[in-house]
Amino acid sequence: MYLYSITFYVFSLVAVLSALMVISARNPVHSVLFLILSFVNASGLFVLLGAEFLAMILVVVYVGAVAVLFLFVVMMLDINFVKLREGFLQYLPFGALLGIVLIIELGILFLTRSFSENSLSKFVESPMINEIENTKLIGQVLYTDYFYLFQISGLILLVAMVGSITLTLRDRGQVKRQNISQQNYLNANDSIEKKNIKLGEGIK
Amino acid sequence: MIYLEHYLFLAAIIFTIGVLGIFLNKKNVIIILMSIELILLSVNINLISFSVFLNDISGQIFAMLTLTVAAAEAAIGLAILVVFYRNLGSIEVSKINKLKG
Repeated sequence: MYLYSITFYVFSLVAVLSALMVISARNPVHSVLFLILSFVNASGLFVLLGAEFLAMILVVVYVGAVAVLFLFVVMMLDINFVKLREGFLQYLPFGALLGIVLIIELGILFLTRSFSENSLSKFVESPMINEIENTKLIGQVLYTDYFYLFQISGLILLVAMVGSITLTLRDRGQVKRQNISQQNYLNANDSIEKKNIKLGEGIK
Repeated sequence: MIYLEHYLFLAAIIFTIGVLGIFLNKKNVIIILMSIELILLSVNINLISFSVFLNDISGQIFAMLTLTVAAAEAAIGLAILVVFYRNLGSIEVSKINKLKG
């Protein structure tokens, strides 16, 4: 049990510190790398909780796709990041005060109210069975009870894909494109002309 | 011993850091998008810890939906960012006042 506590505190400490570095790093590339570290630690916490499937999905989706997308955009755009940091120190005291107040309020809310398992467990919708592993359990529920939700999330991804493609698509005028219907309507009489050429004269 | 409250408090800390990131880096859209990702991560921590401590798998399904929405949001946000940079040559938030609609 001590090992569980130590692991929890190590992972959550690194997650919080790297989240702090995300918002305070001077170089946005470092920010993205700390975001990756934060996500990896959060996925370690999910493994600790017993949600292995979500932990692996978090690593694959966030670290493998979203964070790399961020890294790609940060490196692709040539931006003067020093100019963008103006005002950071100006707002820091007020922001820190705001953050401390928010965290104290949330802490009071969570620590005084006891979330004992007896008081909340009467609302359980689909209970977890301990004999089945996490991934199998998610599969059993996802394709039956939450099938529409699964389909809707697929639609959301489709809309996001179409949206980002249409946003970044740029019509450059000088590009030559293939016009297939025009090609199909061509026939030999239009494109080939027969000429009778006499010897020694050539074509004028 | 680690209880549900510990996870909720951790999620609260990460949420606060995300809100602070939006507040402090109010010129840099990339950091703002990353702060939104942090906020959604704290939501995921909340959903999964409630799911585990209540012995109910539904929370993990909703966490998957949150993950999907976060990925879609990041893709669209970065696409808008690229178009914005192409048009104006800068990503300052204060310059985003040219939208018509």
